[in-house]
Amino acid sequence: MIHCVLHDPEDSVAVVVVEGIKAGQTLTGLILDEDRTISLPCTQDIPLGHKVALRDMNVGDTVIKYGIDIGKVVAPIKTGQHAHVHNIKTKRW
Amino acid sequence: MQTRFRGYRRENGRVGVRNHVLVLPVDDLSNAACEAVANNVKGTLAIPHPYGRLQFGADLELHFRTLIGAGSNPNVAAVIVIGIEEGWTKKVVDGIAATGKPVTGFGIELHGDHDTIMRASKAAREYLQWASEKPREECNLDDLWISCKCGESDTTSGCGSNPTVGNAFDKLYAAGCTLVFGETTELTGGEQIVAARCRDAKVRGDFMRVFDRYQEVINRHKTSDLSDSQPTKGNIAGGLTTIEEKALGNIQKIGKKCVVDGVIDKAEVPRGRGLWFMDSSSAAAEMVTLCAASGFVLHFFPTGQGNVIGNPILPVIKVCANPRTVRTMSEHIDVDTSGLLQREITMDQAGDKLLDMMFRTANGRLTAAEALGHREFVMTRLYESA
Repeated sequence: MIHCVLHDPEDSVAVVVVEGIKAGQTLTGLILDEDRTISLPCTQDIPLGHKVALRDMNVGDTVIKYGIDIGKVVAPIKTGQHAHVHNIKTKRW
Repeated sequence: MQTRFRGYRRENGRVGVRNHVLVLPVDDLSNAACEAVANNVKGTLAIPHPYGRLQFGADLELHFRTLIGAGSNPNVAAVIVIGIEEGWTKKVVDGIAATGKPVTGFGIELHGDHDTIMRASKAAREYLQWASEKPREECNLDDLWISCKCGESDTTSGCGSNPTVGNAFDKLYAAGCTLVFGETTELTGGEQIVAARCRDAKVRGDFMRVFDRYQEVINRHKTSDLSDSQPTKGNIAGGLTTIEEKALGNIQKIGKKCVVDGVIDKAEVPRGRGLWFMDSSSAAAEMVTLCAASGFVLHFFPTGQGNVIGNPILPVIKVCANPRTVRTMSEHIDVDTSGLLQREITMDQAGDKLLDMMFRTANGRLTAAEALGHREFVMTRLYESA
């Protein structure tokens, strides 16, 4: 089963695509642009559609998805944690 | 790929996939009479709306362009127009009459609702029976004008339903169809990708001009970073975090090969085949209404969390790749591409699945939104009334 997908191998976050992902699970991630899978840890419960961090990120770091800048880190994020509005903000507006 | 379908060829050569007789109010005051006519003559379609009084300038021009465009849409066989007075009513009638289709206008003043409803009902009954004898005829794929706009997006939109539309758009573009996308502020963070896809420097300049103008509107009126508005509460519940992330997902709808051939204003008619960018709101019902007014006859609507929108004139085909939405809101979804996220189907197969549903819909299959009675007709306003 695919648990999460990412677009580009350089992405720093992946999207959870199944329900019921729990802390402690090892996730299978599909890299859509390359049609190959990777394995990654998950340290928090993450709802369907929400993102899991693929690497440690510090405040001010740029978050990469689709291989492109999607915003800045505003609270530290560890690999395997839930990455969303509580720790990432837009750089626009 | 299939290349033929059975549609309605109109007096001006354009092809529709529906055969509506519209009862169109010029203004809010005429909604009651229009709804009474549609009640008297079953099978006609009233499209009430809240505007049309004391508008002026560009906002008034957009009002007329939207009403005339809606009446002129090839999915419409004939139109009854009702307004409070005869001057603006005639303006809408004349605009629609330029297509060659049957249209009659009625002003309420000096007659009252009762007399107006009676006369308009008689005309509507004649139009309905006339339209009912119009046969579908064999048409070419390149007769189709197809619009797209996504809604209640989530992260599955960017990796599933939006690229499905993009795959279909690439194939339709190659086949010579007329296509449109829009949602100006919802490209924020991905505007350079769209700019790079523009046909030439002129189109790129036109695109960046409307993009920058809309950014200025946001910056002038914003009281926050627009969190909860763009992305919406529903987007955030679905996992989308920033406008940039939402925009990069949105842009998947224009595929990998289509070129942006030109930029049009709201409710403006494209000047040729190819892919057009319409400067528009990102609100679903506003944008889809503008697409109907621009003459598009089918709409691809990818959703993640489950937007339920429809339109009275333009059949809205819903595409979804979120397995939970497909399960919990199945009555709203026409095309399920959730298999993409489990590698059960390829993107090419997903695109073909949507195109198959497009042909079925063009041939007469009712969309989920049509079957459920979703007829959101929402006119875009530019500023306050006088």
